[in-house]
Amino acid sequence: MAQDHSSAFVRTQEIPPAPPPPGETGAVHWIKTNLISSVPNAIATAVGIYVIYWLLSGLVPWIVNGTWVTNNIRECREVLAGSGGGCFSVLTERYAQMLFGFEYPSEFYWRPSLAFALLFFAVPPALFPMYLPRGMLIATGLYPFVAFWLIWGGTILTPIGALAGVLVGYYAFTKLDKYGFAAALGGGIVGAWVVWQAFGMIAGGMPGFLALEAVLSRNMGGFMLNMILGVVCVSLSIPLGIVLALGRQSSMPLIKIVCVVFIEFVRGVPLITLLFVANVVLAYFFPPDSNIDLILRVIIMITMFSAAYIAEVIRGGLAALPTGQYEAADSLGLNYAQAMRLIILPQALKISIPGIVNVAVGLFKDTTLVSVISMFDLVGMIRGPILSSTDWAGVYWETWAFACILFFVVCFGISKYSQWLEGQLRTDRH
Amino acid sequence: MTDTAVNTSQMQISDEVAISIQNMNKWYGTFHVLRDIDLTVQRGERIVICGPSGSGKSTLIRCINALEEHQQGSISVDGTLLSSDLKNIDKIRSEVGMCFQHFNLFPHLTILENCTLAPIWVRKTPKKEAEEIAMYFLEKVKIPDQANKYPGQLSGGQQQRVAIARSLCMRPRIMLFDEPTSALDPEMIKEVLDTMIQLAEEGMTMLCVTHEMGFARQVANRVIFMDAGQIVEQNAPEPFFTNPQNERTQLFLSQILGH
Repeated sequence: MAQDHSSAFVRTQEIPPAPPPPGETGAVHWIKTNLISSVPNAIATAVGIYVIYWLLSGLVPWIVNGTWVTNNIRECREVLAGSGGGCFSVLTERYAQMLFGFEYPSEFYWRPSLAFALLFFAVPPALFPMYLPRGMLIATGLYPFVAFWLIWGGTILTPIGALAGVLVGYYAFTKLDKYGFAAALGGGIVGAWVVWQAFGMIAGGMPGFLALEAVLSRNMGGFMLNMILGVVCVSLSIPLGIVLALGRQSSMPLIKIVCVVFIEFVRGVPLITLLFVANVVLAYFFPPDSNIDLILRVIIMITMFSAAYIAEVIRGGLAALPTGQYEAADSLGLNYAQAMRLIILPQALKISIPGIVNVAVGLFKDTTLVSVISMFDLVGMIRGPILSSTDWAGVYWETWAFACILFFVVCFGISKYSQWLEGQLRTDRH
Repeated sequence: MTDTAVNTSQMQISDEVAISIQNMNKWYGTFHVLRDIDLTVQRGERIVICGPSGSGKSTLIRCINALEEHQQGSISVDGTLLSSDLKNIDKIRSEVGMCFQHFNLFPHLTILENCTLAPIWVRKTPKKEAEEIAMYFLEKVKIPDQANKYPGQLSGGQQQRVAIARSLCMRPRIMLFDEPTSALDPEMIKEVLDTMIQLAEEGMTMLCVTHEMGFARQVANRVIFMDAGQIVEQNAPEPFFTNPQNERTQLFLSQILGH
């Protein structure tokens, strides 16, 4: 190629990619850059290693030398004989009480266990809709009724009636939708109520029809109670939170005021106060002869509480959307409901995922507060019947560690799921 | 499909009135943003609205599909009077397409879903048919191969063309453009303008707020100059650019054409 002597430059060959110089990759490089890159870093690494050693040197003997087979704390102490092991036999001896409470009939433990197992079929269609066929959502829809029947027992007519009421209400809602939202909602509620009343009478007349033996709410306890409250309240408070958040943005002053007052009031009151209200005061608001279930009252209170928080989280998500999204939806002729459902909420909820998960995890842990209104959830069981029994008085570490592990597994699972979901919904990557 | 297809030969304007605005006034609080606007647009007319920023030109076209509310006067689109009646507003919005400066595509939906959403939910078009219509218009704006990507993966020019296709999928009789090229890099302006010129050649009634004077010369029947909330001057492009009458128009044109 002819050389000319002007200052212009034209590249004629691409430079091929070259491997990095030695020492820029690999394990040695990683240790150098991350653990001992400077003197303070090296000191921090040494301190960190010592702390890990110190923790493990306490924890490992506690677990390895522990005993799992004794019948009470005195036998436990004899067996351990000062070896520093843990007295895990409290778990093997009392695990059923920790999981189901001390009054749930032991011959029916299979019922809540089955309900728990079915949860793993009911929840995935809702959590992983991108991988599972839409039809499987039927399992999700049926689950609350099946789980109720399994855990509480009674005639199968009760959950069937509840389901029929929901279906009739939904059908009425869709049929009346053309007459406006208020008419549809009213019609749906009336339809559902009529069916519930009818089935209530039928079920009252035939209490033995395909019945599982009934278990009363006051006999529910243990981690099962935490799971019931957690699952029910999370799944109810998210839709209620969405409604409240939209209501707070409404251009109709009355709706807006109702939502603002509700949110501000509920957020301004400690949950434990609401639980005492549920336990004692709420009865005054119901008709004198109605005997509203204590668990139901607690569910109402916890749901209200977390819905108010979720509403504020979602309001943040709504505020983060550019007004252009609302305008684009309007300019295409979408009505309010369509714009919200198809354009605004999918984006606002995506932004709100970390906040909603924060509230959901907090809610799940807060279900342990029911122990202060004499319900025997996991914490109530450990604090009450187990630690105050003569057999196991003083076995703190083992019981509370068990409670921590149960809660941690669930909360960590929720947290991991939300991180995965955020990745799935990310659409700005090439 | 064929009813919107090319009829470039018929460039003449019909006598039918597409938009009629009479004595329209609008305030933001106490600020009088639009003053005594009178404007009649014939079907097939292509109007370019220009003017300094804050002159109310965007507000004017946003009033036409009720993104902004006007307080006095009347606006009717295809004979439908724009009032607070939601039915009329929905009817007008489904007849009038709009493109925004910042595209306003729906980032959580693919390009194809962006285009089929309104036909499916507003027009109740079956999904398969809506997708065919969407692909037809995506081909028209020359990006059918991006149909399954998300808006965030496209360049600005491509996004704006998708936004045009999305509006066209609703088969609007009138298109509003609110500074469609102002947020674009220079090399992308042309591809969007080409799409708009093509649309104009097919006889679409168009109102464009834009500073692209080359575009105005090429396709507009009429150029409107607005300042301080009023229509200051309107004329066919040739006399408008070569012989502006009002001194504010002269100043404006000397500023944007001067460099």
